[in-house]
This record gives sequence, C-alpha cells and structure tokens, in this order.
Amino acid sequence: MSNESSLRSRLFADYGMFFVLAVLASLFSFLTYKEQHPTGSDAGRQVAEIVEESREGPLHVMIVARGTAEDREFTSAAREGLASNGVTVVAVVNGEPRDVRLEVERLSEDGQSVDLIVANDVASRWTVYDRIPELKMTPRVTPRPYYGADFLKSSNLIGVANQTAIYAIIAIGMTMVIVTAGIDLSVGSLVALAAVSSALFIRESGGVDASSAVVIAGVIGGILLCCLLGAFNGVMVTVFQLPPFIVTLAMMMMASGLAFRLSSGRSIAELPESFFALGGGRLMGVPNPVWLMVGLYVVGHILMSRTVLGRYIYAIGGNEEAARLSGVPVKRTLLAVYTVCGALAGLGGVVLASQLEAGDPKFGDKYELHVIAAVVVGGTSLMGGQGKVLGTLIGAFIIAVIKNGMNLTNVDPFNQKIVLGGVLLLGVLIDTMKRRPEILTRLFSQRG
Amino acid sequence: MNSATPTADAPLLEMQGIQKSFPGVHALSGVDLVLQKGEVLALLGENGAGKSTLIKILAGAHRADRGMMRISGDPVTLASPAAAISAGVGVIYQEFNLVPGLSSWENIFLGREEGSLFVRRTAERKRASEIFEQIGARIPIDAPCGQLSIAQQQMVEIAKALSQEVRIMVMDEPSAALTPQEVDKLFAVINRLRDRGIGIIYISHRLDEIARIADRVMVLRDGKYVADRLISDVTRSTMIEWMVGRTIDDEFPKRSVSIGDTRLQLKKLRREPSVRDVTLEIARGEIIGVTGLVGAGRTELARLVFGADPMEGGEVWLDGRRLKLHSPGDAIRAGICLLTEDRKHQGLVLGLSASANFALPNLAMLSTLGWVRHRQERDRFRHYVDTLKIRLSSPDQLAGHLSGGNQQKLVLSKWLEQNSEVIIFDEPTRGVDVGGKYEIYTLMNELARQGKAIMMISSELPEVLGMSDRIIVMHEGRITGTVDNVGDATQETLMDLAVG
Ligand SMILES: Nc1ncnc2c1ncn2[C@@H]1O[C@H](COP(=O)(O)OP(=O)(O)OP(=O)(O)O)[C@@H](O)[C@H]1O
Ligand SMILES: [Mg+2]
Repeated sequence: MSNESSLRSRLFADYGMFFVLAVLASLFSFLTYKEQHPTGSDAGRQVAEIVEESREGPLHVMIVARGTAEDREFTSAAREGLASNGVTVVAVVNGEPRDVRLEVERLSEDGQSVDLIVANDVASRWTVYDRIPELKMTPRVTPRPYYGADFLKSSNLIGVANQTAIYAIIAIGMTMVIVTAGIDLSVGSLVALAAVSSALFIRESGGVDASSAVVIAGVIGGILLCCLLGAFNGVMVTVFQLPPFIVTLAMMMMASGLAFRLSSGRSIAELPESFFALGGGRLMGVPNPVWLMVGLYVVGHILMSRTVLGRYIYAIGGNEEAARLSGVPVKRTLLAVYTVCGALAGLGGVVLASQLEAGDPKFGDKYELHVIAAVVVGGTSLMGGQGKVLGTLIGAFIIAVIKNGMNLTNVDPFNQKIVLGGVLLLGVLIDTMKRRPEILTRLFSQRG
Repeated sequence: MNSATPTADAPLLEMQGIQKSFPGVHALSGVDLVLQKGEVLALLGENGAGKSTLIKILAGAHRADRGMMRISGDPVTLASPAAAISAGVGVIYQEFNLVPGLSSWENIFLGREEGSLFVRRTAERKRASEIFEQIGARIPIDAPCGQLSIAQQQMVEIAKALSQEVRIMVMDEPSAALTPQEVDKLFAVINRLRDRGIGIIYISHRLDEIARIADRVMVLRDGKYVADRLISDVTRSTMIEWMVGRTIDDEFPKRSVSIGDTRLQLKKLRREPSVRDVTLEIARGEIIGVTGLVGAGRTELARLVFGADPMEGGEVWLDGRRLKLHSPGDAIRAGICLLTEDRKHQGLVLGLSASANFALPNLAMLSTLGWVRHRQERDRFRHYVDTLKIRLSSPDQLAGHLSGGNQQKLVLSKWLEQNSEVIIFDEPTRGVDVGGKYEIYTLMNELARQGKAIMMISSELPEVLGMSDRIIVMHEGRITGTVDNVGDATQETLMDLAVG
C-alpha cells in the first residue's frame, strides 16, 4: 500500500511535467473545440451515403471541390461511392469557381443537365452557383458537420509529433551532456552540416537519379561526420580540460561556416525520391521521424537508467572527483557522451533534409536553444547529476504543444515568443520549487 | 525587542519541544535544550541521532516543524542563517561550507565584507591573519580554500565563526579532522570564549575530548532526549550506554593474526613537496597505522599509491609485481583501494542514491555486459547496511541526506565490497559513533585475517595505538619514525616523532 503510494509520488516527482503536458493538451482541446467539417475520403464516402438515403430514381450528379490533395481524395471517394450506387456522375471539378462555370458550359453544349451538386464544405459555400442560371435551383449536398477540437484531430497530433521529432531526438544527446554538467551549443550547426554534407554527397554522386546505395552512404556519411565532430568536442573537453561551453561555441561557429562553404550558401535540392522516404515516409500512418524518435527514446531511457554507462554519466555530473576516485573512467565516458550528442545532431540534420527535400546551411538555426529549453523544461538540472531522458521527451512536447496551440488559436507570432520564454522560466521554476520546497516556505513565512 | 520580563537570570538559550521530520524520517521528536552563559555543553549521540539537525535548526538552516526557541529569554524565530547570525549564533558545520575558489580570508568575510562598495582587502586580510594567529593555525592565507587540507579547511571554518560577534557558538564535530596539537589549540580558543561568557555547544564522538572540555553533557538517541548531566557526574561508560543503549567494554576488538610475507612495497615514492622518498612495506594480514601532523603528507602518500595523483618518482609493487598506476581505475583493477578522508567531495556523489554510490566502484561485478543488475546491487548493499548498521530510510535515499557518520559508513561499504588486496583507510572513523567504530574495527580485523594488507591513516592516536601492528609517523613528507612494538608506545612517543 504505502509502497504503491510512494511509487506514485515518485512518479509524480520524476515526471510531474507530464501532468503539465496533460493540462496543456486539455486546455488547447477546449479552446479549439468547434464545428468541424469532415474532409478527405471519409467525407467523400459519407456524402455518397447521404445521396443514396434520399434518392428517388436516377440522378445526374456533379462533384465539386478544390484542387488540393485532400479535396482530390474527397472527390474520388465520392465518385466511387456514387458510381457503385448506380448514380451517374456527369462531371467532377477539382479547382476554382471558374472551373465550375466552364464545366457547366461544356455540359450544356452536350445537352446534359445536373440534378444535384455534391461538394465539400468549402466548395459548397462558393457563390458561383447563384451566378450560373443552370445551377441556381440545383440542390447541394455536403458532408455532415460535427463538433470536435482542432487540437485533437489526428492529423494535428501527428503533425505536432512530426515537428517535434527532430528536436526531441537531438535532445536525448543534450540530456546526457547536461547531466554530466556540460553543455553542447554546436548541435544546431551540426544539423546544418549534416544536411548539407549528405545532400551534397548525393547530388555529386548522381543527383536526382542517385541509387539507393548512394543515398544510404550519404545519410551515414552525414551522421558520421557529426559523430566525429562531437568526438572532437569530447577530446577538447576531456584531454585538454577546456570548458564545454567554449569548445562547443567554437564548434558551433566552425560547423556552420563549413556548412555554408560546402554549399556555397545555397540550398541543395537535386535529390532523388528515395532520400525523401526517410523523413517524409509513413509507417502505419505515423511519420518515420516519429517512429525514430520513439525508438531512440526507449534506447536512451534504458541506457540512462539501466546501464553502467548511465550510472557513470550521473556520477560524473554529480561529483566528478568522487567518480574518478571510485574508478569511473571519466574521460572515456565524457568522450562517449559528446560523441553521441554529435551523432544525434547529425541524424537530426539528415532527417530534416529528407523532410524538407533539400540540404540548406540555414537549417538548424537556434536549434541548440530549443533543444536546451526542452531538456530544462523536462526537469534536467544544468548543474548536472540530475535529469531524466523521458522528462526531456515531455519537455519537448510541452514546448511543441504550446506552439501548436498558439497557432491554432491564432496568437500573433511575436506574442508566441514571449509566451515561450515565459514557459521556459515557469518550467524551471516549478521544477526547482518541487525539489527545494523550503524556498517557498521561507519566502512566504518572511512576508507573512 | 525590549521585553518587560526580567531576562537577567534567563538562560542564554532555550530550545523547547523541537520537532523535525524529513520524508521517511523523524529526525527530532520533541527535544529540549538549555544552554547557560559561559558553559560548554557537549551534545552526544549515535550517528543519525539528530544532533546536526538540532543545531541546523538553531542556525536557521532548517526550520523546525514544531517547538520554540528563546535567546536570553526573548522568543526568536530563526528563519534564515542570516537571522541566526544577527541573533548572535555562530556555527561551525560538520560539513564545510567554503567556496573552493576563494582564499581563506575571503571565505571568512564572505557575506559580511567590510567597506560599502569596495572590499577593504588589506583590513580583512589582516584581521584574518590575527584570528589564525590566535588559534595557532598555520594556513597559506592567500591560497584558494579548495587546495587546503581538510584540517586546514576546518581551521578556516573555526576562524570564520570566531570572526563574528557571537553569543552562542555551535561546533559540529570540529575536531574530527584535527590532530591532537590542533585540538589543544582549539580547546584553548574554547576556553577563552567560555571566559568571555559565550555559550558553546560542542558535538563530538571523541569521548576523551568531551571529558576534557565540557561542563555538561546532553545525549540524544533516535531524535529523542535521553539524559543531561554535569560532566563531573558521569563516566565514560555511562555516556556510551546512554548513546548506544548498551555497554561497550573494549573499544578495540582483539585480534590474533599471523603476519605473513610482504605484499605491498612502496619504493622511494616521491611527489614534491608533500611526499619525499617514502619507502614502506606492508605484509599479509598486517595493519599499518600512519600518523603525523596535518600536512605531514599522509593523504598525499595514499593518493599516490592509489594513482589519484601522478608520481614524480618511485615504484609501487604488489605481490612481487610492479604496478603501473595512471588512474584510480588502474589501482582498483590491480587490487588497491582508498577510502578517502573527505566524503563530501571525494567519497560520495551526494545527489545519487545511497545504493548507487555503493555500486559505483563495483559496477564491474554488479553488471552483465553493461547492464546494471539492480536486484543484486540491492542485496549486496543490504548486507552492508546490516553489518555496518547504516541508518537510512531506504537504499534510494540520497547520499547527501544521510547523517555525517552514516555517509562515512556508506563510503566504507562501497570499498569493502571491492574486496581489494590492499586497503588504505584515510581517517576511516571520522565522525563515526562509538558503536560504529567498533563495527569498523571488527571489519578491519576480519580483512587482516583474510590476508589483506591494510594501511590506516589516522589522527586519532588511541585508534592508531589500539589497531595497528606497526606505526609509521610522518613529518613533512618523510617517514620520521617507525614503532614496531606498539604495545609499549604511548601517545607521547608518537607526538614526539610527529614533530620531527
Ligand atoms: N535533508 C535531509 N533529508 C532527509 N533526511 C535527513 C536530512 N538530513 C538529515 N536527515 C536524517 O535525519 C536523521 C538525523 O540526522 P543528523 O544529521 O541530525 O544526525 P547526527 O546526529 O548529526 O549524526 P552524525 O553523528 O552521523 O553526524 C538521520 O536519519 C538522517 O538520515
Ligand atoms: Mg551530524
């Protein structure tokens, strides 16, 4: 019993930020709760059913929607559904109001009339129908609206996860570095360097027609390069005992400069489709970067909580001298940590290039700050020795959810920045007060 | 602040019904304490009895859950260390609070700098050296405190407390790191303070000191008040009985070990200026006591043998093999371990749990292919918690939340598990209570019986005399004396050798 409650209180203490995330998610669900219009193929099938329910005899139907991919899904699903019910689809419009008029003109030349217009929500509200005499009286059928939260739409949630994935992946390495009481400012530049160098390699080895072997070599090469530079950071920090802040600040400048040099400051876009699969593809409806993130967090969590290396990382951050005198291989451990951090930044860069279908030296700008923010909001102390990988994941999501929520509720971008800064401060404040409640009691007892 | 009640005959300090709990621990349950002007009150109790907690409440470092305090009859709430200082409470904490990068005089005046904008450096420096003079401490006054030895840091802490205008002076184990000479000087200072009417609370586990300096003793056990007597009315064994709850007749367990062939050989070990051509042999089953004044180079010698500092010359041989020691890791693998004297900075990672600290040097044994075996780690640690009687609420309790003596036992446990062939103990019983000392001595004897070679560095002469088969005395980096026949030696013989 008491064991269970202590477990619960420990979970709360360790992952209290999880509750913050849950509260934020509920808040934004509430704020974005409104009338929703179904889209895509679901909506298409639904209208076909609606038409079927009220049909009394043969019908000549015209399907209207915009030209977007989602709307095309709508029209084709609707056409299929109607056709299989024996309804004659006389015309399909995927485009603008103007296209409706052209289509009607074509139909009337053929002497074909339209009994019913099937349209999605947006297209049904066009005014063009009233200005075409033939369509003035024609009834329109649209998918049924329902109530729900924009925030909770699966497309939105997947989008949030997908946008967070790269920050979150890099943040695993950053958590390890910060737990050792270090810092790595070079990750943003390493993202750019990895993106540029692998894109460059692939372009030079075939470009759009490059084989998948070349693509794989480019991806691995980009990651390895960053791995090496991370190791270089590690050597400077351990062998030469330079402060991590300075070493990685220098690396940040050098790696960024190198990325601009390699690409001559231009975006590299002549890349094959196979390269885009890594960041753009999906597995069971979930984008690849999200899978990658989940997998890496499982590995990262186990590494930090279950392995000897993890123990060493915490011990070094907590008290480097005591760790050394306990026989902990301090230098080797730190070297490993900086190398991993560099490699994960490289991986993030390659995935980003694949997602955005280009390698650009301007990628990764300020990533180090976002990543550090995620780590800190997730409860890792910059003093070292404390912090959890899963906390970082939650921290990354807290930031992402706030950004997404503010976009959905149309908060002006400048204000968004102010809010995010406040959130960072608040996150650290909550965490510190949780660990050191005496600060609060003292504050209030002195006033009162 | 001017109360109408007559305060002239009120005691200097009254603490009443003090209660304090930490998650999972009742550190104090309803403790009363009275201190008169010009009195030295010795506060006794086992490790974890609540002594430090009580004085931290007096110092404003912790807040009591319940209870009240009066100074000269006026009720006070000491909400912060600053409030306690201005109420005239000076504290020498058990664990040091010096900023390692600042010099001794900067540390002494930290937070109370003289001068409004610019620090009056020369004035402060001069004042600091006067205080050092007064307490007879020889300290490189401008050296960063991080570079001072433990004993020197202790003297800086004492000087810091003395530099304040205090009415009540609290000393939490100030002598734990000091050699007899320095303790004498400390006592001279205490006597001067007493003559000035200052009330002193003195915490120590060294009972012979208590008998010399205290006017009255008060004993705590498990966070509760046990007894309070004038020193003239108690004997050593009653004090022990009050603390431990049982009698301990012989403080040093007997041992009969046959000393075998040579195991550890140190040949002309050198690292200037603290270690100069030290040659030493330790045999199977032998306990060598190493003593000397603070700064004699004992700890530095141990660090050389352990690979913690690079050697400038000399060789270390174990069982006829020459060892190459570049790091503590090398030494541990070769079968040498060192229990460091400074548990806070070198012994423990305070932010990690007790069991994780225990496991740290032993992970090679407690893991498979890089995976920590938690169950086994727990089981092994439990074993030591039981044998050493380490008091903790759970193995997950942070090392930093253990009482001082229990931290020391934790350091011991992690090295005992190593089962090394050569074990160097640097002040192994620093801050450990009488009962705990006995357990540690028993363990040492057991290790010797198993044929290990043991080096015990200690400033506590009774311990050195009681436990060693042979005693080495060091002075300024050299061995200045060897006592082969320990039975005939006295504290005086050792002291004569120590001054060189
Ligand atoms: N910050 C803390 N958090 C949790 N428990 C604590 C904390 N500080 C002290 N304790 C617990 O309170 C109890 C009393 O500790 P305290 O330090 O007062 O003992 P002590 O009498 O000074 O012992 P020692 O002789 O070893 O110094 C111990 O069980 C200790 O583990
Ligand atoms: Mg204590």
